[in-house]
Amino acid sequence: MTAEPDAETPVPDTTTPVLELADVALRYRGGADNVVEDVSLTVGAGHSLALVGESGAGKTTLLRLLLGLARPTSGQVRFDGAELSLRDREQMRRFRRSVQCVFQDPYSSLDPRRRVGATVAEPLRSLGIDSRATARPKVAEALERVGLPADAADRYPHEFSGGQRQRIAIARATVCTPRILLADEPVSALDVTTRVKVVDLLAELKQEQGLTLVMVSHDLSVVASLCERTAVLERGRVVEQGDTAQVLGRPAHSYTRRLIDSVPRLPV
Amino acid sequence: MTQVDVRTPVPARKASPDKRRSRRSATLVVGCVLAGLIALLALVSLIWLPYATDDTSGGRLAGPGGGHLLGTDKLGRDLFTQVMTGSRIAVEAGLGSVLIAAGLGITLGVLAAFAQGWLDDTVSAFLDILIAFPTLLLAMLIVAARSATLGSAVLAIGLAQSAVVARLVRILVKRVLAQDYITAARTSGTSWSRTVVAHVLPNIWPTLVVNLALQFGLAVLAEAGLSYLGLGAPPPNASWGRMLQEAQATFTTAPVGALAPGILLVLLVIGVNLIADGLRDTLDPATRKRRA
Repeated sequence: MTAEPDAETPVPDTTTPVLELADVALRYRGGADNVVEDVSLTVGAGHSLALVGESGAGKTTLLRLLLGLARPTSGQVRFDGAELSLRDREQMRRFRRSVQCVFQDPYSSLDPRRRVGATVAEPLRSLGIDSRATARPKVAEALERVGLPADAADRYPHEFSGGQRQRIAIARATVCTPRILLADEPVSALDVTTRVKVVDLLAELKQEQGLTLVMVSHDLSVVASLCERTAVLERGRVVEQGDTAQVLGRPAHSYTRRLIDSVPRLPV
Repeated sequence: MTQVDVRTPVPARKASPDKRRSRRSATLVVGCVLAGLIALLALVSLIWLPYATDDTSGGRLAGPGGGHLLGTDKLGRDLFTQVMTGSRIAVEAGLGSVLIAAGLGITLGVLAAFAQGWLDDTVSAFLDILIAFPTLLLAMLIVAARSATLGSAVLAIGLAQSAVVARLVRILVKRVLAQDYITAARTSGTSWSRTVVAHVLPNIWPTLVVNLALQFGLAVLAEAGLSYLGLGAPPPNASWGRMLQEAQATFTTAPVGALAPGILLVLLVIGVNLIADGLRDTLDPATRKRRA
């Protein structure tokens, strides 16, 4: 294993995966069965990963584990090769700075009573990276990057459309220059044309900022365009994972085939 | 890849919310005038009263006019003097009770909202029992333990209301905690205490402040009720409730003694409720006037 990884200078380390789930299982309190079981996944720099599966397959639960919001019942979540400990403040700070998230519902993910500028600045302020004054230019830059007007920072979320709100959420998630961006169905709440624009934006950020995406989605077309690797989940287990082209092109598992067949197609 | 232009201007606000806002601010103004009037009486009573509270020189049940603006009661005390001290006691009772209710209720409610499993159930059951417990009985217990003072009455009302406020806060906080922006705050590294201050409290505030204003009105009424029963402020400081009780027997011959405190009581409660209504909208950024 390499020496203590340093978050201040995120050198892409190709040998150690940034995020890793090792034989992870999670059972919710009072639940009878494990929601996810025996899941092993690795997220290496530059290898964007898609988690696909039906509703209730455990995609969002896996994301909560990857975000350090839930503790696995058994198994390990590893960050830069070290087990993620939710009590280790220093490690969590580095982790939060490196791993950020975009949520499904852009109406619920922005605090309606805070100006957009304060919302976007939150990671910078909470992680102790910037003061209010030094955060401002970074916020403006992040908003600019996602294609929002400069005066957006002084407005409230209710003044923006769903697509614009998702851009604000993306600006918040990328303002502290994370290495990994987790996205929970980032476009499923948007209409089709807006969806394309937001997918384009994510692709752009991926290329220009060197972001690694971990995307939960049931939309296979989005997955195919954004992620190099795909893991297919069925009832809390990974039934197939590998290169996206291979998984979607030559599915080995019957469940994957069913998923692909269920994609609605326009008759050509 | 083409950069999609999303720099379309946000559509201008429609006219209807403006109209609604101006109506709302009118309620705020009316509420402030009504409650302000009583507050003014209360403030003036601190530095000046027409007569001493125990001055019985006025003659029994004198009508309005002469040296007495509203006349006198059956002991010859000036009614306007009593109305003024009554205003002070009403405002004190309202503020005191709401302070206790807000302090205890918000703290308990936020803690209860974070509790999970059996602790959550226990706290909710405890709050429900506290709400079911009659305020009057609580007041009598406190008066028995201490003495019949305004403080005892306020303590009893405040405690009873804190359970109501705590239950409301618990539900409001739970609703906010389920929102994604709370999860986003956590993944942004925001501490729980900071999350409560920056996200939770501002988002429950509009509903809470309306409820607290409502509680203020209820506290004023409750204090009047307790004083009516002799559980409030002791003589010679007249509370509106005790004035009503004393004027009851002579209502047909000298109605002013009951009408004056009754009308002021209603005006204060209405005023406070109007303020609550007006405040709710000025506190909401979605309806707040944008500073151009």
